[in-house]
Amino acid sequence: MPIPDSPLLSLTGIRKVFPGCIANDAIDLDVQPGEIHALLGENGAGKSTLVKIIYGVLRPDQGDIHWNGDLVQIANPAQAREFGIGMVFQHFSLFEALTTLENVALALPREDHDKLRARLVETADAYGLALQPDRHVHELSMGERQRIEIVRCLLQDPQLLILDEPTSVLTPQETETLFETLRKLAAERRAILYISHKLEEVRSLCDKATILRNGRRVDDCIPSAETARSLAEKMIGKRVESVRKRATTQQGNIGLQVSSLTTHSHQPHGMDLSDIDFAVRGGEILGIAGIAGNGQIELMDALSGETGAPLGGTIEILGTDATHLNPNERRDLGAVFVPEERIGQAAVADMTLVENSFLTASARMKFSPNGLIDWNAVGSFADNIVRDFDVRTTGVSALASSLSGGNLQKFIVGREMLQEPQLLIVSQPTWGVDAGAAAAIHEEIQRLVSAGAAVLVISQDLDEIFLLSDRIAVISQGTLSSATPANDVTPEDIGLLMGVRHTQQEKTKYAAA
Amino acid sequence: MTELIIASIMTMMTAATPLMFAATGELICERSGVLNLGLEGMMLIGAVFGFAAAAVTGNATLGLLVAATSGAFAALIFGILTLNLLSNQVATGLALTIFGTGLSALVGVDYVGETIDQIGSIHIPILSDIPIVGRLLFGHDPLVYLAILILLGASWFLSRSRWGMILRAVGDSDVSAHAIGYPVIAIRFAAVTFGGLMAGLGGGYLSLVYTPLWAENMTAGRGWIALALVVFASWRPARVLFGAILFGGITILQLNAQAAGLGIPAAFMSMLPYIATIVVLVLISRDAIKIRLNAPACLGRPFRAER
Repeated sequence: MPIPDSPLLSLTGIRKVFPGCIANDAIDLDVQPGEIHALLGENGAGKSTLVKIIYGVLRPDQGDIHWNGDLVQIANPAQAREFGIGMVFQHFSLFEALTTLENVALALPREDHDKLRARLVETADAYGLALQPDRHVHELSMGERQRIEIVRCLLQDPQLLILDEPTSVLTPQETETLFETLRKLAAERRAILYISHKLEEVRSLCDKATILRNGRRVDDCIPSAETARSLAEKMIGKRVESVRKRATTQQGNIGLQVSSLTTHSHQPHGMDLSDIDFAVRGGEILGIAGIAGNGQIELMDALSGETGAPLGGTIEILGTDATHLNPNERRDLGAVFVPEERIGQAAVADMTLVENSFLTASARMKFSPNGLIDWNAVGSFADNIVRDFDVRTTGVSALASSLSGGNLQKFIVGREMLQEPQLLIVSQPTWGVDAGAAAAIHEEIQRLVSAGAAVLVISQDLDEIFLLSDRIAVISQGTLSSATPANDVTPEDIGLLMGVRHTQQEKTKYAAA
Repeated sequence: MTELIIASIMTMMTAATPLMFAATGELICERSGVLNLGLEGMMLIGAVFGFAAAAVTGNATLGLLVAATSGAFAALIFGILTLNLLSNQVATGLALTIFGTGLSALVGVDYVGETIDQIGSIHIPILSDIPIVGRLLFGHDPLVYLAILILLGASWFLSRSRWGMILRAVGDSDVSAHAIGYPVIAIRFAAVTFGGLMAGLGGGYLSLVYTPLWAENMTAGRGWIALALVVFASWRPARVLFGAILFGGITILQLNAQAAGLGIPAAFMSMLPYIATIVVLVLISRDAIKIRLNAPACLGRPFRAER
């Protein structure tokens, strides 16, 4: 039993440099046994790098690590696990083609599978984490996958458990279950290092917080003694102007009408859409909430025309039947699309911003009237995007791959919005984007709606959904709930709709109620 | 008539054996996430060096060992290029095939038309003398049994052993395997080398047992058929056995049909195994999702460890 006042883990002067950026510089961190310690910071602040160093995935260039008072080198994850450090990764380190049991076995020393199965079920039950050992991971929901990761750590009897953004894929209810588990673990005097940028969560869960900004430790604080706003300001380093919710405007004609849309997914482990119905009017934002992997990608692809005509149902864009049209024909009708994948779907990594502008805007902006490309026109269009949307880049001839995630997203959103669309369909508009850029993107979306366009926002981020939407629907297992006015529901109500299939009867009942 | 059927089945097994060797090796290699299209080249290298060793020493068993080793060496080159230097696996594999074709032709010039002592069929007293069944079960050459044993061993390895599970894990998600702490590159190296060893053995079987002589480009596309077999088997060893016998059977069928003088042009008949390959690939590729579910998710993707 360690002495209560001596830290379990103590980092001093940690520095890690990647080509072109200093990820960590002079970071000190102490974690006590039984403490839930938050590591706060924006994307790119160096949180993930720091925990990878603690877990032995990366080696620090400088700095010391003390474990239980001893100076140690953590050469690899296996050694970290021997010390008693367990980690739940943000992007899960699971193997989709293997079973739950195999995934757990891979992270543990050799052990008889039958004994391990018994231990796994026992540990899972003890912490209220239901698991089925023989199911393949690709069949499981994100919440279940995370439970595997956590149980896998717990079976190693860790003294320190690291969780990297654990709630980004969970429903509010699943999050609450996770918190109970974590509190139980802390009560057993295990330390937890909790990485997040969700401030309310950190305030309710964590005993202490260390805040990182641009790779440096800027502050330590007691989260419950702070407000979400003061924490945000410590993270960003300046006053936060919160985006105000726009008053609902006069609604116009129907911009997008989807009836009984049914598709068969082209992805492995994909989700088939069944009987999806909704409509978006001009001057309104419809938000579609849901946990990743419930059909969002398939819905986006069906709406943009990327996967061709659906199995059944119709898609009408601005009053014209677009069910059998290709993406450019849909753009001609007045629609623009911002898909979830920035690189590879929304933009080509090895093309310049000018070339990327041409790719989606040529149809609506008439960049090649005679079959030849008018590069001057495309260039000035790209210049406008960079100027109007504050894209930080060396110039429009920079490659898309040279932009940071947030800047590329601003560019992509800008490219679509400057085409003066009457319908914007956007998926995960601020995924992996820092707070400043996210606010800018949210404001632009609001401005477009105020000008009378119809907007469909598909997002996993409930805060974003509530901030933007006039009405909210939930996608779950390839089905869509009926849309309800945002003012009439709470995040908890939406969370309850996330795990269930939405049948036609339920929708009718809901509409009648 | 019975005699003819027995003879056909016996030759079918010998036709299937080089495919079994090469496809088992490639299957293990692909399960680790590495696509080695140099199978044909490695087989040719194995065939020529094995034959040369046997011709020089007069020892066919030694020839087989040399065949396997030279195949493994060719695979090592491929491994260094693709795993350490991160070159494109498809392009490097094709280059390896072209390299192997050229090298084997160069080395083999002096051996064209030479003969060696063949490795004979086994004969177990009593068992092999049982009418019909005796020869079908106990009358093949030893390598037929070796190929089947290795295939069953690979099947056991992948589904039952811990290292097999680790190999599958590396092929499914290299990033995850690295994050948990497995040496991804080393594991892939081992798999690639095993692939080369088996391809070399398959090539050696052709030049030392099947024909036995050396002729330029004597694999005649068997490397490609073995590659197709891996997809056909959806990366499961047991199905490789079935597929190899099927393709072996088609090869023998066309030979017999030619001999019987059916009046179909010989060139058309020799196309049959290749047409069968294409037809089978098209049939099983109809369900794209199924293929992608079975295929190792990291197949063909280079992996660079962050450190």
